[in-house]
Amino acid sequence: MNAASAELPPSARLSWRRLAPVALATFGFLIAACSSSSSSSSSTTAPGSPTTQPADPYAAADLKAPAGALTGAGSTFDQPFFTKAFYAFNQVDSGVAVNYASIGSGGGIAQFQANTVNFGASDVPMSALDISKATAGQVLQVPVALGGVTLSYNLPGVSTGLKLSAAVLANIYLGTVKTWNDASIKSLNPGVTLPSQPINVVYRSDGSGTTYIFTDYLANVSPAWKSGPGTGKSISWPAGVGEKGNEGVAGFIKQTPYTIGYVELAYAMQNTFTTADIQNAAGQFVAPSLAGVAADASQKPNVTPVDFSIVNEPGATSYPISGYSWALVYQLQKTTTTGTSLVKVLDWLTHAGQQQAQTLDYVPLPQNIQDLARQTLLQVTGPDGKTVLLTTS
Amino acid sequence: MVPDGAYRVGLATVAAVFALLLLAFVTSLVVQARPAFAHFGFGFLTGTKWDPVHGHLGALTFVVGTLETTMIAMVIAVPIGLGTALALAYALPRRLQAPLSMGVELLAAVPSVVYGLWGLLVVAPAVRTVLEPALAKLTGGHEPFGGIQEGIGLLLAGLILSIMVLPTLVAISRDVLIAVPHEQVEGAYALGATRWQVLRRVVVPHARAGLLGATTLATGRALGETIAVTMVIGNTVSFAHSLFAPTATMASVIANEFTEATEPFHLSALVAVAVILLGVAILVNVTARLLVRSVGGRQRVGLGVA
Repeated sequence: MNAASAELPPSARLSWRRLAPVALATFGFLIAACSSSSSSSSSTTAPGSPTTQPADPYAAADLKAPAGALTGAGSTFDQPFFTKAFYAFNQVDSGVAVNYASIGSGGGIAQFQANTVNFGASDVPMSALDISKATAGQVLQVPVALGGVTLSYNLPGVSTGLKLSAAVLANIYLGTVKTWNDASIKSLNPGVTLPSQPINVVYRSDGSGTTYIFTDYLANVSPAWKSGPGTGKSISWPAGVGEKGNEGVAGFIKQTPYTIGYVELAYAMQNTFTTADIQNAAGQFVAPSLAGVAADASQKPNVTPVDFSIVNEPGATSYPISGYSWALVYQLQKTTTTGTSLVKVLDWLTHAGQQQAQTLDYVPLPQNIQDLARQTLLQVTGPDGKTVLLTTS
Repeated sequence: MVPDGAYRVGLATVAAVFALLLLAFVTSLVVQARPAFAHFGFGFLTGTKWDPVHGHLGALTFVVGTLETTMIAMVIAVPIGLGTALALAYALPRRLQAPLSMGVELLAAVPSVVYGLWGLLVVAPAVRTVLEPALAKLTGGHEPFGGIQEGIGLLLAGLILSIMVLPTLVAISRDVLIAVPHEQVEGAYALGATRWQVLRRVVVPHARAGLLGATTLATGRALGETIAVTMVIGNTVSFAHSLFAPTATMASVIANEFTEATEPFHLSALVAVAVILLGVAILVNVTARLLVRSVGGRQRVGLGVA
């Protein structure tokens, strides 16, 4: 090798001294690219619009963007709503661009605890244990979105309006009701011919807020579920198979006859799935709808981050499988400008921004929850710990 | 200027960066997995319960699931892969070789999520309505061919995995087979060997170490494959008593639960599963290396006397 290269003119020699830095730089770039592309990130800065940092075209995509740009991370459930709402807010107030990374609630909480984002978003409020690990002081939790969970099914011969009660649903997921023509299902659906086929049960295999709300409901209505599998984002399922994401569950239901599974409300509405009517606490069978979830939520005016469950509320029109999603902010903001932008955007999100929610099949927050959000945001202060940052007109 | 020195320094730097990265990666995994290992002890390896809500976490189901899916995949893929490689290298006419080779290599470029979607939406219904009933009928429905036929499960995961590892297997095997010295092959023909005898007694023995290497690489891919398997395996934390039954693998549980793991020890336990997966992969690799060495040691090429 050495002899061979010595015969070549100097320019043709492969100089590792010259190549090594290039190789290293390429390698470093690859690593950077991998770490940033692993989370789907959405910027609200409209292309070409005269926003905050024209000098740096990459600022909007940067998690450590300069003042004026806010960063958030967390729930995938919130992502479609946030993307649309923050874009709309940027149209109203071009001084604030929000960059939200939908990395999952768990990731959102971790980023928020480490104080690497301005706000986090989680489908379930942070627990006392989670809060104890927060590194930048007192944590405030603000309800930002309301959603529901539907039971979708594929039952040849029953194209619409299957009725299920809480007890039967729990027994199906416990694996004790095994066939579609079980007496308990028959008695709820008089006049419907139910096939003598085993029930294929499907659940979300990925940890999700949808699973949390659904298992919260099952635990609320069934003592056997409460003492057994319990409530969580990932649980130990007694029966059925798991599929990843709403799309996985939906795909499996579509492909497999005699199957039932739970799918998030907005996803089911947008894809016009066949969904079951669920018997609510008042004994009525209610089809899943935005109005049904809103009616359920309005029954519980005093929601707190500790007492946040709104499943199976009373009321004749309440759809019983519902829940809130939460934004996480620190009470003490390190800088006045960022803090002011943050409370401004979150206050807008929980009030005027709720119109954006409806167009995406999220349920607009009830008035009292909007008020709760504002009260919570009014506790956010500047670096002195006294100045309230939110100005309400 | 000392080109040789610069060359050496450059190479050493690149190698050192790689080694350091690997070290940092493994160290951070182990550090994050420590709380789970410390809390659950050896029971984490032998436990079969996975219940994050109540804090009972054991990884055995996933270890078994990973080994089972990989084994099914390799049982299907190795004969097909080696056969295809032999055909591409020696049996097919030259004008078919190039397009077929390209087709195989194109398969390697398909993202695994596409294989998963295809498996869930197209193959799963076919497996449910055709393959599973046929297998059950053929065997009288005895285990491991009994139980509910849902399409998704161990069998489908193995099938999809086998298709995913085929490109690796075929491409490397073909190159290894082509590299067998021409003199050997032609010498064998000259001695009057048939084509089958040449392949069996000269080409394959000569390429044995390389073929084992190709199989090892393919096995590594099958062990770690994540998204496609997650979409078709059924994600049930229970041992599959039948090929039709759903189960879970180490990679699938990590992919499923990583983003929302907020319960105590849950995240750490998932990282611990990753450490075990790394351990299994290393074990497979080392075993394969030992095999290659022993095969290479007593490699005998020739027509034999018999």
